[in-house]
Amino acid sequence: MTRTNLQPLRVAITGGTSGLGAALVAELVGRHAQVAFVARHRDAIERTRRQFPDAHGIVGDVARKDDIHPIAIQIVAALGGLDVLINNASSLGPVPLAPLADTECEELEIALATNLVGPFRLTRTLLGTLAASARNGGHPLVINISSDAAVTPYPTWGAYGASKAALLHLTRIWDAELAAEGIRLVSVDPGDMDTPLHALAVPDANPATLKRPHVAAREIADLIASTVITPGVAYRSEVLL
Amino acid sequence: MNAATGRRPRTRHARLLVADASGRVSNRTHRDLPSLLQAGDLVVANDAATLPASLAGVHIPSGSAIEVRLAGHSSPAWAGESATAVSFTAVVFGSGDHRTRTEERPAPPRLRVGDALLIASLRARVVGINGHPRLIDLEFEHSTDDTWEGLARHGRPIQYAHVPETLAIWDTWTSFAAPPVAFEPPSAGFILDWSMLSHLRQRGVRFATLTHAAGISSTGDPELDARLPFDEFYVIPASTAILIELTKAEGGRVIAIGTTVVRALEHAARETGHVAGGRGLATGRIGPDTALRVVDAIVSGIHEPGTSHYELLRAFHREDVISSISEEAASNDYVAHEFGDAVLITRPDAATASLAA
Repeated sequence: MTRTNLQPLRVAITGGTSGLGAALVAELVGRHAQVAFVARHRDAIERTRRQFPDAHGIVGDVARKDDIHPIAIQIVAALGGLDVLINNASSLGPVPLAPLADTECEELEIALATNLVGPFRLTRTLLGTLAASARNGGHPLVINISSDAAVTPYPTWGAYGASKAALLHLTRIWDAELAAEGIRLVSVDPGDMDTPLHALAVPDANPATLKRPHVAAREIADLIASTVITPGVAYRSEVLL
Repeated sequence: MNAATGRRPRTRHARLLVADASGRVSNRTHRDLPSLLQAGDLVVANDAATLPASLAGVHIPSGSAIEVRLAGHSSPAWAGESATAVSFTAVVFGSGDHRTRTEERPAPPRLRVGDALLIASLRARVVGINGHPRLIDLEFEHSTDDTWEGLARHGRPIQYAHVPETLAIWDTWTSFAAPPVAFEPPSAGFILDWSMLSHLRQRGVRFATLTHAAGISSTGDPELDARLPFDEFYVIPASTAILIELTKAEGGRVIAIGTTVVRALEHAARETGHVAGGRGLATGRIGPDTALRVVDAIVSGIHEPGTSHYELLRAFHREDVISSISEEAASNDYVAHEFGDAVLITRPDAATASLAA
């Protein structure tokens, strides 16, 4: 399958230095999109930037309220606007995973801050920029990375699953509300991948049984191409890869 | 008339003082705005997001603490200019912060071309003095990305002593704020939230934006204040220019949300009377003698006589109407300044053949 060129698109990815996020940076840079990526650690950002010198690395933690506007300002300054926001940064909650009865309130709060409140704040702060893209003829898209744990009640995945379930529903409601503005929101469940996050959650998983992140990244880039570049085709608000 | 002292009173209970085309003045609330507009009208707002443009720093040659307030762009990339470094014009204050009235702030040390500054954790250099010892051109000596990181993380919104609480950057962004290029909030836009944009659409009122780098409203220095507003870059999207043409052709009214929108649209139309899409540098003042060619009505804050904003409002209606707005605002304790109440003034000769009419 040929890869659709994403050259005119301005894309921002949170959690962009590891796992699916790093694979998305590589895939989207490879398709000539203008890319900004956000991560918490400057050393990891510098490593990614050496690999992809055209991508803009931004230090910030989406779980921190005070980081959101600085992140948004740097994204829009670097890209001159925004067409696609990928809320990918995720927190597992307690590591190792724990039943809810053994989960500290603070661990649940961290999962909610990273997986729900952070994507809400960043999306809300960038909404004006996405709306400007729509007024200028674009088809802006917010992709929130979801999980089967958002739907299925897996024991010990309580903090993560509850936060991702809330994000899934927030995405549905916001998509309905913003349809008239020309802004779409979509949840994407990339499947179980061989990533650092998965290794934290399931340390003894056999990597050979897991999906490679670059495969999911290619599928998400194809979804962007079909939604943003040639919109109107097979739009779905929830996507299982 | 009171200066606003609370943050964000506006979207919940901001009041709206309305002067219609005939000059009749009435007291409404901002929630009435959609009902005062008609199908076929076009609302144009400034979508500039506010920069954290107040930067604490040090003047390296003297070792003195300074506050730098970014006040204008020099050849900005967002307005299509090519620049190798991020550079601004800026007003420099001595030590202290917004809680001291600008008029009472100590002066900065003597500034010279070539002086090094450390501001917002960034190295910068004075590359020009703009006809006033406190008005400088400065250039950051970092990559574009690193400069933006320093500004975004260490800058604070410009604010004034009439709002003593420290503002967060989100207090200064309108709901639809997009590119971070304004030095102070395009505050008339606070009246619009997403619910109101939706109500306007349901009424058949169109919505468009332009981006205008709103500059600072006051420096506390009479000589500098007399030069306000400084020249301001703007970008009018082609889609907005088309909607203005369409609205005019159909007899609808163009309603500007804020003085910056008036300044950009009237500047863009100054030669042909038509607004072409593209970028420009708005210069000069709009006042009672300015013949407006595009904008039919304005939503703005309450402004005090003598300010450049007040002079701009005088372009919209007869002297007695503008005076009675001021008297009405004073006798009803309307809240002035950026987080306060608003006016809607419709020109006597505004288009009346809206679609609903």
